[in-house]
Formats: sequence, C-alpha cells, structure tokens
Amino acid sequence: MVKPLEFEREIYEIEKRIEELKSIGTGVQLDIDEEIRKLERKVKRKLIKLYRELTPWQRVQVARHPNRPYTLDYVKLMMNNFVEFRGDRRFADDRSIVAGFAEFDGMSVAVVGHQKGRGTKENIERNFGMPHPEGYRKALRVMKLAEKFGIPILTFVDTPGAYPGIGAEERGQAEAIGENLYEMINLKVPIVVSVIGEGGSGGALAISVGDRILMQENAIYAVISPEGCASILWRDSAKAPLAAEALKLTAQDLLKLGVIDEVVKEPIGGAHRNHQLAANILKRAVRRNLRELLNKSIDQLLEERFEKYRNIGVFSQE
Amino acid sequence: MNWFKETLSRVKRGKKVDQSLWVMCSGCKEIVYKKEVERNLKVCPKCGYHFRIGAWERINMLLDEGSVVERDGNLAPMDPLKFKDTKRYKDRIEDAQKKTGMKDAVVSVEGTIHGVSVQFVAFEFGFLGGSMGSVVGEKIARAAERSMEKREPLIIVSCSGGARMQESMLSLMQMAKTCAVVRRLSEAKVPFISILSDPTTGGVSASYALIADVVIAEPGALIGFAGPRVIEQTIGQKLPEGFQRAEYLLEHGFVDMIVERKHMKDIIYRIIKLLTGGSYVHSS
Repeated sequence: MVKPLEFEREIYEIEKRIEELKSIGTGVQLDIDEEIRKLERKVKRKLIKLYRELTPWQRVQVARHPNRPYTLDYVKLMMNNFVEFRGDRRFADDRSIVAGFAEFDGMSVAVVGHQKGRGTKENIERNFGMPHPEGYRKALRVMKLAEKFGIPILTFVDTPGAYPGIGAEERGQAEAIGENLYEMINLKVPIVVSVIGEGGSGGALAISVGDRILMQENAIYAVISPEGCASILWRDSAKAPLAAEALKLTAQDLLKLGVIDEVVKEPIGGAHRNHQLAANILKRAVRRNLRELLNKSIDQLLEERFEKYRNIGVFSQE
Repeated sequence: MNWFKETLSRVKRGKKVDQSLWVMCSGCKEIVYKKEVERNLKVCPKCGYHFRIGAWERINMLLDEGSVVERDGNLAPMDPLKFKDTKRYKDRIEDAQKKTGMKDAVVSVEGTIHGVSVQFVAFEFGFLGGSMGSVVGEKIARAAERSMEKREPLIIVSCSGGARMQESMLSLMQMAKTCAVVRRLSEAKVPFISILSDPTTGGVSASYALIADVVIAEPGALIGFAGPRVIEQTIGQKLPEGFQRAEYLLEHGFVDMIVERKHMKDIIYRIIKLLTGGSYVHSS
C-alpha cells in the first residue's frame, strides 16, 4: 500500500469506506449499493476539483508518485513486440535508461526512456532513474541504429536528473549529455518526446531533443529540482514549494512559454489512478503527432527541428 | 624592505592589508604583490595558479590589439518568468549590470589572432556566475552563425556555473540551441575551439563546451557536470584531491590539452593554422 499524498488523504479515506462497504457484500442490501455509488460520485467530484486546482508543488508530488506509470509500463500498454537492447558497447549497461525496438501503430519504432524502479530493490537497480554517461551513450547508440534503418524514435522522459557521482563525472557525464544534444538535433528520423513524470534538467534534456515535445498534464520539467533551486536561491531546501512556483515547471506553463508542443490529458485524479487509460490517451497523442511527422520530407523535418530550438529564448534588443 | 616585512607580519597577525596592492593567491594562500600578478597575466608568480579573469581581460589577452569589434552588444536579458526568490531576478540583473558594466554574462567580438580573423565569445563570471540564459545562448548562436557565414573559426572561452535558474526551462533549452548551431558549424567544416576556464560546469559543460573540435583547459580549472558540493551530499563522502580539475579531465580523456595562459594565444593560432591547412579536398 502506497502512502497517500498529503492533499489526497481525504479521498483515500472515502475510498477506504467504499472498500469496507463492498466487503460487507454488495447486492445484499440495496442501501449499501446506493451508499457506495454515492461515495464513488463524491470521490470523482472531489478528484476533479482537486486536480483542477493543483499547485505546482502538488504537481511535483504527483509527477513523482510511486504508482505513476513508468516507461516500461507505457511500452507494455501502448506497443507490441518490444525487444530491449542493452549496453553502450563502451563501458556498461545503465538500467536507469531502457532502449530497444517495438511495434507501434503498425510500424517499427525505437524506444528510449528513463526507467525508475518500483520498490527499494528495483529502485537501486534502476538507480532511481538517474542515468550515468553509459545510459546516454546506450540511448544514442540505439537512436543511431534507428536512424540507419529509417525507424522513428519515441522517447519517454522521467528522471530526477543525471546522477551526480564520482563514476559519472569520471566517465564524462557532461560530454555524454552534450553529445546527445549535438546528435539528436540531426537524427534523420522523426522523434516524438513524451515527458511522463519528472523532467529533471540536463539529464532529461539528453533524450528530449525532438520534433514534438508532449507533456502529460501532471508531469514537470525544470532546469533544476525545486529542492535544489530552493537550497541555492533561498538557502533553505524547505522553500521548495516556492521554488516550484517560481520555476514555471508545469505543462501548462511550458506550453505558454513555447518550450513544449502539447499537453496530454491524464485520467481523473492522475495517471497513477488508471495506467491503462493514461496509456490510451498518450498513445492517441503520440500516434497523431507521429503520423503528421511521417508526412514531412527529411529536409523539412530537420529544418523545422533546428528552427524550433534556434528560436527558443526571450531577450531584448534595442 | 621594512614595508614588506611589515605587510607580511600584519597578514600573519590577521590584520587587513591594502587590497589595492596585495592579493592572496587561492592556490598557495601566499600574499602576492598585485602588480606582479597582473604583469603575469593574472597567474600567481609563486605557484602558477590561474586567477579568474573577466571577459574583456580575456579578449585583450588573446586578440590582436586594435582588431576587436564588439558584436550583439545590444542584447539584454528580460524576465519572462517574473522570477522572484529572496530577490527579484530583475533586480539581480540590474545589480550585475552595474557591477560589471555589461548587459549579460558574455561578450561577443570579432577580431584577429596573430592576423587570423576569428569569432570570439568570452564569459564574465562576475555576471550572475556566468550563467547561461537566453542572451548567452543567443549570442553564442549568432557568433556561430557569423563563423559559418564568414568561414572564420569560432572560439568560446567558458567560465560559468551552468544554466541560469531564473530563466528555468528557457535556460535549459539554450543547451539544445547552442548544440544545434555548433552542429551546423561543424557540417560547414569551420573549426570550433572551446576553452574551459575555472569553472565550467552544469549546463555549459553539458552542451557545446565539451563537444568542440578542440577542447583546451586552463590549468587547475574546475570542469564537470555536477558541482562538487552536490556530489558530496549525494554520495556522502569527501571527494578525492584534484577531482574534476583540468588535469583529471586530461587524464580521463575529455580535454585535448591543458595550456597555460601565457601560451594560449600561440596555441590557438597554431591549431587554427593546422586545421585550416588541409590540402586534400574531397566532395565540396
């Protein structure tokens, strides 16, 4: 049982009562059935209201929810015949990034995504979704393979950030990220990026240069974590809620800033409440965008990709 | 030499010294005569420590006298996020502009190095830690585009803590933007030389700075993705001596060479001569 988020506590209480009533036995007494239906409607109403008014900091909590679907969940729910390719052929296989090929919408696609773990054991294996350089190099290797065979690339972004450790620095974390940005801008196949959870700074960007950047409505994407930002600018990491607000890290804000292309809806109460529905909605959005991109010539695709990044920035010029 | 002894004893007693005359070297912690440091290109005459220098000092050190013309000097930062922490971003910008006399954290110029025309960008660490926001990204992109147009090598001297937090995702996207133009420059086969000074970290190291045709570091420069303090907090142990310093990166294969300040101009010139001296022309 996952601990409910602070602001979802009331809803969990009602859901517990529903479970209790159900265990008494439905169909036995009509008034119990009626009570259950009433409570379920109440949960739905409350969830709709709650999620419409989430603060940025609450969204951060949702984006990090341990029940939120991860890359491999979406692969399973959106695609068929997934085959994982491992290792960077240089140093190691980084399990915090998964890469491979699958069938999607009747064609081959390459899949690259951050992968968090469920539970302590898997999270340690997956390094909590925080890649080392070899993860980025594996991602690039598979994307280059996709380019060679004319296979579109779908990436899934969900990381607290690139791992800050001795080995990561020793093996060139900065160079690995820079190399991916440098290569992805010119990969000669369509790239659709989906930000599905945490978009943690350079560690997220390193697999998110593409033609279309989709972002789920409760995902976040920022230059630094709210905690990191708070500890630097406020000298107090407890000010993270303020930093979350200041950083404009929600999908809605980033659409306005022109950083992402589309906000993808989630089931009522967040993707963690209904993986299948979350995947269905995301699948439709990815498919529509991919089909549009497949109609473009490679020259047009690359020119538009370049222009998209070339034009980001706000400054004055007297 | 009485005055000298007196100064030293004042220092030893923890008294103030005249800071217009003396400076403490961050390398060897010795008190050194400021004029001597300045004559020595801001390198400690005792231990060779390279003091951090400003953008214009760098330009004057590396480009031929009288050849320099500033470009894109009119680009200035805005505050699209209306960012406020303990202080408004707007006020931070104003303070930094007053302090440095610059509009943002890089200066872009055209000029010559021993007569060879180059496009040149230098970071000013004094301006919000040399952080890369929209203006820095745009000026780098424009410099790279001028390089392409005029077929003149691009040289960037980085000195930056990374992306500018107060522009959040717009800053992060400057990483992709600078890499995108540098990619085009590479396809146009115009050399790009990246010089890393102390410090080059975060979003600057993880974008254009380490993927250049030639990567040169100044001795002792801190170069890495994550800052040492963040790493120490994460792994819960002290970092080894020399970790993330230029010499460490050289040993691990991420920089081509470490060059002392006094040799920098000549090395850049020689590299440009060599890289543009190819005689075998394959398909145009």
